[in-house]
Amino acid sequence: MPVAFTTRDLTKTYGEGRSAVHALRGVDVEIPAGEIVVMLGASGSGKSTLLNILGGLDRPSSGTVHFRDLCLTDLNDARLTRFRRQHVGFVFQFYNLMPSLTARENVELVTEIAENPMAPEEALEVVGLKQRVDHFPSQLSGGEQQRVAIARAIAKQPEVLFCDEPTGALDSATGRAVLEVLHEVNARLGATVLMVTHAANIAGMAHRVIRLADGQIREVEVNATRIAPAEVVW
Amino acid sequence: MSPLDRKLLRDLGRIKGQVIAIMLVIGVGVMLQVMMSGLVASLSETQRAYYERNRMADVFAPVTRAPQSQLARLSQIPDVARVEGRVTGGALFDLPGEPIPIRGKAVSLPDQGEAAFNAVYLVEGALPAPGARDEILLLAGFAEANGYGLGDRIDVTMNGTRRTLRIVGLAEAPDLLFVAAPGEMVPDPARFGVIWMRRNALSAIYDMDGAFNEALFSLSRLAVEAEVLDRIDAVLDPWGGTGAYGRDDLVSDRFVQEEIGGLATMSRAVPPLFLAIAAFLLYIVVSRIVQGEREEIGLLKAFGYTGAEVGAHYFKMVLIVAVGGAALGCALGILSGRAMIPVYTQFYNFPFLVFRPDPASFVIGVSASIAAASAGGVFVLRRVFALEPAEAMRPPAPADYSRTITFTGRFGRMLDQPTRMVLRSIARQPLRAAALAAGIMGGMALASAMTTIYGAFDRMMALSFSVIDRSDATVYFTRPLGEKAALELARIPGVIAVEPMRNVSAVLRNGLKTHRGAVSGMIANPEMTRAIDADHAPIPLPAEGIVLGQALADILEIGPGETLTVEVREGRQPVLEVPVARVASSLLGAPAYMRLDALNRAMREPGRISGAHLQVDGNRADEIYRTLKDMPSVAGVSVAETARESLQKLMDQGAGSARYIMGAVAFIITFGIVYNAARIAQAERGRDLASLRVMGFSKGEAGFVLLGELAVITLVAIPLGSALGYALSFAIAAGFSSELYQIPATFDPFSHGFAASFVLGAAVVSGLLVKRDIDRTELITVLKSRE
Repeated sequence: MPVAFTTRDLTKTYGEGRSAVHALRGVDVEIPAGEIVVMLGASGSGKSTLLNILGGLDRPSSGTVHFRDLCLTDLNDARLTRFRRQHVGFVFQFYNLMPSLTARENVELVTEIAENPMAPEEALEVVGLKQRVDHFPSQLSGGEQQRVAIARAIAKQPEVLFCDEPTGALDSATGRAVLEVLHEVNARLGATVLMVTHAANIAGMAHRVIRLADGQIREVEVNATRIAPAEVVW
Repeated sequence: MSPLDRKLLRDLGRIKGQVIAIMLVIGVGVMLQVMMSGLVASLSETQRAYYERNRMADVFAPVTRAPQSQLARLSQIPDVARVEGRVTGGALFDLPGEPIPIRGKAVSLPDQGEAAFNAVYLVEGALPAPGARDEILLLAGFAEANGYGLGDRIDVTMNGTRRTLRIVGLAEAPDLLFVAAPGEMVPDPARFGVIWMRRNALSAIYDMDGAFNEALFSLSRLAVEAEVLDRIDAVLDPWGGTGAYGRDDLVSDRFVQEEIGGLATMSRAVPPLFLAIAAFLLYIVVSRIVQGEREEIGLLKAFGYTGAEVGAHYFKMVLIVAVGGAALGCALGILSGRAMIPVYTQFYNFPFLVFRPDPASFVIGVSASIAAASAGGVFVLRRVFALEPAEAMRPPAPADYSRTITFTGRFGRMLDQPTRMVLRSIARQPLRAAALAAGIMGGMALASAMTTIYGAFDRMMALSFSVIDRSDATVYFTRPLGEKAALELARIPGVIAVEPMRNVSAVLRNGLKTHRGAVSGMIANPEMTRAIDADHAPIPLPAEGIVLGQALADILEIGPGETLTVEVREGRQPVLEVPVARVASSLLGAPAYMRLDALNRAMREPGRISGAHLQVDGNRADEIYRTLKDMPSVAGVSVAETARESLQKLMDQGAGSARYIMGAVAFIITFGIVYNAARIAQAERGRDLASLRVMGFSKGEAGFVLLGELAVITLVAIPLGSALGYALSFAIAAGFSSELYQIPATFDPFSHGFAASFVLGAAVVSGLLVKRDIDRTELITVLKSRE
């Protein structure tokens, strides 16, 4: 199986001297393409830092990150921006939709600048929101807003979808619906889905589970059998 | 210190840029208020005290020569409290090293004791000894400007005879607060001198033994001045009275009053404008903070703080900014007021002038700032009170944009998403966008108007000295002479051209409106001094009729076709009814032009001239002036270049200098508004911006969403502000214009372009400052936080 990301001896330190916080302390990991990978860990374990560095939102203090053959650590700001524009999508706990744009327009925000996007309507159909394309965020429920955020993230047909606590602000029913969508995106579009969560139950639907603690990888577990998103217990 | 207060200080520190900008706007408003009202109070109080202490006369009655016995008749006029006669006369100063003769006047001091009116204020030295024939007091400002001191001797020509006089004292007088040579509109302390001599000495010189040529009066409290003036004229007419006039018509008093009045008007009009802008800025800034701190507010309420306590916390922030700004303004007001005092002592001969800020202005300044700021704050506090703890702890629902613009039309579909975001944001809160636009518009208007005024001052100078008056010098004779006198001037080597003229002092009357001034008789097609129309084309003087300068036409409220009454105050003192032929644009003084021959015919004094304009060879100018100085018939020479310099000085250092303060203020305000607008955009759009960056938008593309709204509002506000500035420039020009000079406001493309560039520049700089902060913030922190 081809590898999406490879990291070598990745460290990330915030601050200096005595007040320095070591968020990552030498992470070596390979993330295969096309999988759903869940990163678990307590607060401060470094899981979000790792996600951000892989997604090109942050830079490591030392070590290297490769996306396929592309060395992310060598890229300047502008090229890092291009990397995000072409290859990856993000979903956050707080949906970060533009309140002044409708669901469709929020998606179009991305399709206008992407190289090979899908039609905005199609992306919204994937997340099951075809009926509410012309609604503004203020007219959508939390789950619907998160699904628009996912549609916006997948509309560029990204190779990788990064999700940071995507269900963190949702109740169980809507949370499951969102997981369904992520599962669908992985299965239908073949996108690698990298999800950070501290809800251990979600791990069951992943191909692979990475556990972090104190800035290091403690365990990488490959699920022999995966459960369906609907079976995730909240 | 309570934790809440510590939070308050840190919050203020976090937004210090905005806090400083708002404090500056408030401060500038209060500064102007303190400075201007302080100057008004200082000037009017000083003037009042000076008039009272030195017994300023209520009425002045010049006469050719009246016997002393007439004073008894004058004192019997009802409502005349007291009368005194004195002797005054023209004097010509011959200063070594100064090629031009300098004009002035001599005033008598009583032989014994003090004058009943217009008592001199002795700055230095002593009064001339009684009976002394060659001892004088010299006007202190003139002495200082020309380097004279006690014991020095000075050559003065009076009544055709030259005398060397000894300066025993330096003095000032309440009727000489402001002095300018007759015919010359520009005050210049160095170019008009006044001396005081004992009465018997001066009477001998002017042949006034047992007579007087000026009577001064005080009136009873309930006197009707006009009636008294008529009765005085009736008594003095047979003796060559040239018309009594009240204190208001005294040039010195008029200019000081005009200055005080102008300051008072500005001090009432300008500061409220600033405070209104500051209130608006505070409102949006504090409301943004409250919006951003919903969670904290909810938390505090959940802990048991009352709405009033939480409200007080935010209100303190408003108060600190308001009081801080006002305190800054008070301090700046005192400093700038003190700095302005030398301006007034330089141009006005006040014996003492100390800047005493009006205590009321502090109270008004501080309380108005607090009131204005509170007005802004109250709307915000209402929201703090209304916030339920539980509601505040939930993230706010996305702002509702569903009722804005749908972009369904063909045009709408062409717009990309970032543009839609910008337009919908404006459409969602049109009032706020309008208010912001109004603020920037106001700044643009002030800035463009003030820049226009700068240009207008320069244009006034250029027009006055190169279009209206193109002469190099003007010669004034001691009395009207025959036309031959002009030929004599033409024969002086180096004189290129001579244009004879006649100035006749007169009271111009249109119904109840009157003006004491002069009528200028000019040759048929003058080349040097001309009346010009609005397009700067010379106006041919009609064979009959009079052409009035715009300022004079405004004073008299008269226009072409109407008839003007000219009460001549010279010679036979005829009263003429003259049709107004045209109104000329005039920038200096309030002139009235007639054909020389028509004027002389009306005066029944054919072929008379009172002076001439000269064009001279610049290389021989000094030589020419020295020749003129030695001619007994010459009462004075005014050199265009000198007049131009003194006018420039007056405008740069005198009353006109306020334009620099106002200009600076206009630019400070504009920047304050634009900078705050950018900071607010940052607070509101920071999150959107981070999202866009994560999605792969470049910094520039994302910046468009951040600052697009400000850009749209700025671009809309600039042309509107330019139009407003155009209108405003006329109002400001009118405010700066006085009888002395008129500031011509027109549309000045450069000024508007300059102001627009400044507004755009302020927007760009503010944008960059905001962008720098944005670039520093961590994308992730923003996105993972709740709003």
